Amino acid sequence: MNDLTDGEWHRLHPATPLLRGGIILIAVLGFVLSNFRERLVEWVFGAPDLPGDPLQTAYERGQIGWAAVIVAAVLILGIVIFYASWRMHTFRVGDDVVEVRSGILFRTHRRARLDRVQGVAISRPLFARIFGAAKLDVSVAGQDAKVQLSYLGSAEADRLRRDVLQLASGARAQPQEEAAASAPVPVSPAVTGAESGVVNQRMREFLAPELDPDAAPPESVVRIPPVRLILSLVLSGFTVALIVVAVFVLTTSLLGRREFFFILIIPGLAAAFGYYFNRFTKSLRYSIAATPDGVRVGFGLLSTSNDTLPPGRIHAIEVSQPLLWRPVGWWMIRINRAGAAGESNAQTSTTMLPVGTVDDVRKVLGLLLPGLAGEQTRELVLDGLVGRSGRVESAFTDAPRRAWPLRPFSWRRTGYARSGDAVLVRSGFLWRHLSVVPLARVQSVRITQGPVRRRLDLVELTLQTVSGPVRASVGVADRAQGTAAFEEWSAGAVRAAAADRSHRWAEGER
Amino acid sequence: MSESGEPVTASNRLTFDGEWRGVSPKYVGVELVSSAIGALVLCGITVPFILLGAWFGWAALAAAAVVGGLVLAFAPRRVRSIGYRLRDDDLEFRRGIMFHRVVSVPYGRMQLIDINRGPVARALGLAELKFVTAAAATGVSIPGLVEADANRLRDELVSLAESRRVGL
Repeated sequence: MNDLTDGEWHRLHPATPLLRGGIILIAVLGFVLSNFRERLVEWVFGAPDLPGDPLQTAYERGQIGWAAVIVAAVLILGIVIFYASWRMHTFRVGDDVVEVRSGILFRTHRRARLDRVQGVAISRPLFARIFGAAKLDVSVAGQDAKVQLSYLGSAEADRLRRDVLQLASGARAQPQEEAAASAPVPVSPAVTGAESGVVNQRMREFLAPELDPDAAPPESVVRIPPVRLILSLVLSGFTVALIVVAVFVLTTSLLGRREFFFILIIPGLAAAFGYYFNRFTKSLRYSIAATPDGVRVGFGLLSTSNDTLPPGRIHAIEVSQPLLWRPVGWWMIRINRAGAAGESNAQTSTTMLPVGTVDDVRKVLGLLLPGLAGEQTRELVLDGLVGRSGRVESAFTDAPRRAWPLRPFSWRRTGYARSGDAVLVRSGFLWRHLSVVPLARVQSVRITQGPVRRRLDLVELTLQTVSGPVRASVGVADRAQGTAAFEEWSAGAVRAAAADRSHRWAEGER
Repeated sequence: MSESGEPVTASNRLTFDGEWRGVSPKYVGVELVSSAIGALVLCGITVPFILLGAWFGWAALAAAAVVGGLVLAFAPRRVRSIGYRLRDDDLEFRRGIMFHRVVSVPYGRMQLIDINRGPVARALGLAELKFVTAAAATGVSIPGLVEADANRLRDELVSLAESRRVGL
């Protein structure tokens, strides 16, 4: 296999037309063939006619030939178009840019700078996995701004991901043999095109663990036991809504309105089951691990996908706890990242930990923001998760008691702290939240005061980052302390951004 | 820009020391026109109720007129509350009397700068400068700048951002 990052134009996996919707052509072909099978047999072998069939009549009048010609023409045209679009779809990875050219009549040419890469994702839908193919997305900041390579060979995709990240890291490419030797891709050397070899390789790829054990140190890997995943889904807000609806339907049907029961219960159950199954399979075999080129999040049972975030691409982190998870002490982690907002899969690309214990949270926070990994921040994170105001040795600056008219319960939890170049904001009495924002990623800092807060001598502080599910805002803070924090954070943001070198994270190392 | 409004409010007010640059006094004209349009629309909403003979029709019109009048009367004060200053490494922008807000944006965070001119502002020779970052919520737009000032400020901000360029 040749090197994909040599700066030459390359084509995608040959099965691409098939995987990208050519499957419909195959289906049409199969449908046509199965329906006309007997006719074709007769045609070829000249078997005796059996009268009384309308198709037979059409056949006898010579119309079937025209129908066959039209179907064949459409099929051939489709195959030609798919083949042509595959021929015209080429990509190239240079030292600084990745480029894709595509389209037959309307040509598009997209170029993305490698040092602006926000993440590299590989997804393998079930059907593509059977063919040993994978989809590679190189995302850059911006709405719908990503370079999509679908499909590539499975092993090729892994190698290209590694190479793209290495080029993006600022480290110059190593000599090729060295890179090949360290390749973590489980390709058997015995594969020499023999039919059984290919099948074996497919099977191996299909059954291989989602996260390759060589890619990351095992102690950094966080996984979710399936039992916890099921329970976390059962304890979700969706379940509560489901129970409420079920109770409503049952009571109305007991009161004599049976039609509700039958109209709602069957589709309702089907939809609920579908939702649970979808969420479950999406999060199954979840793993998050530290690799040399960033945090790697992988998940999926049948259709797998994984996403690698290079260092310094995380703009804000939120640890939150839905109310029902509180007795069991579980948390979830979501992030803000550039280039993932508003996409259809934004939910999965911003969720870093679907469900985890406090230990998992600390581990994942350490992976996402290495400054939070140390033992000394353990207390701080724990305080941010479950702490309340009034503790003497707390590092958090709490909201004063007079904030209760605005935050009847959560004034006890509202507070902020600074740890190195990160700001921690905690809030929520029932729904606990902890937001962590690295100052190097803050876009702007805002302080506001409305009439009520003026009366109470309070201010509101917001750290503004790229859009996403996380909002880092201190709803109530003492005016003097808040003003000081505003000055400190805005100065800190400038300093941290100037010192930040994570967009070329490996430049100094080589 | 004088801080003439300060003694009116309580000491709980959010304040920042130092010199703020204000916007052109002519911007009051733009504010007056838009407030007048807003007040007319507000009063217009009540007209159908009066025509339909609702008991609260005239009272609603009176209330709308009072609110509209207050909005108009506070226009000069609102314009005076708008200010900005160029500090060493960031742009600070403030606005609002009742709902006061101050935003600090590091120069390096600039993605682009827009200069917009509405019809009334153009007639008065004014322009609005918008500082756009990667965060949609930043919302720093300085209205009521004399056009030459707006262009000068834009060039200054662009060169400042260039010298302090950082990643996303």
